[in-house]
Amino acid sequence: MRNRLKVLRAERDWSQQDLADRLQVSRQSVNAIETGKYDPSLPLAFRIAELFGLAIEEIFTSPTKD
Amino acid sequence: MTRYRSPAIRRYLIRLAVLMTAYVILLFGSITLFQKNQPTGIAAYALAIAPALPIIGVFWAVMRLLIEEPDEFQRMLFARQCLIATGFCLTIVTIWEFLQNFELVPPGNGGFGAAFFWFAGLGVGALYNKLTVGSSGGC
Repeated sequence: MRNRLKVLRAERDWSQQDLADRLQVSRQSVNAIETGKYDPSLPLAFRIAELFGLAIEEIFTSPTKD
Repeated sequence: MTRYRSPAIRRYLIRLAVLMTAYVILLFGSITLFQKNQPTGIAAYALAIAPALPIIGVFWAVMRLLIEEPDEFQRMLFARQCLIATGFCLTIVTIWEFLQNFELVPPGNGGFGAAFFWFAGLGVGALYNKLTVGSSGGC
């Protein structure tokens, strides 16, 4: 699933490890989500959205709209 | 690049070390006792099964890792590793059994049981994870 995670992270000057620490997940998880190799669960997607103060659909692109 | 080590993975590695140590002790203990005392009856069965118990313990440790790991992406990697290991093991054992059924290979397995192929399958699963999602998983 395409997403804006890398851009949002770069805007805050966070490394993948910084974001992983804030989300309490592994750096590998952040990398897999950023590169679209892994789609997060709904609870994790909410945690990501809440961390950036955005709605889920402002970060992740619906697969039906690709 | 640091390797991911959650408390669940650390517990798994400790369990693995304890179980593998127990395996080596029980295996050599059983072999020695069989050679020296030639036990019979229930004692023989108990001694023969003893080295299998830590191996069963490793299956338990892997399943506990699947339950205890808090990171959902890592859990997915472990689950994929286990599924590939199971498929790999069943494939090898099934082919070997049919070769035996048609007497193309000798009876027995030369000491390489299903567990050996399952553990080898975990390695195959880790490689598959690395090639497809760029991270191998830790089983």
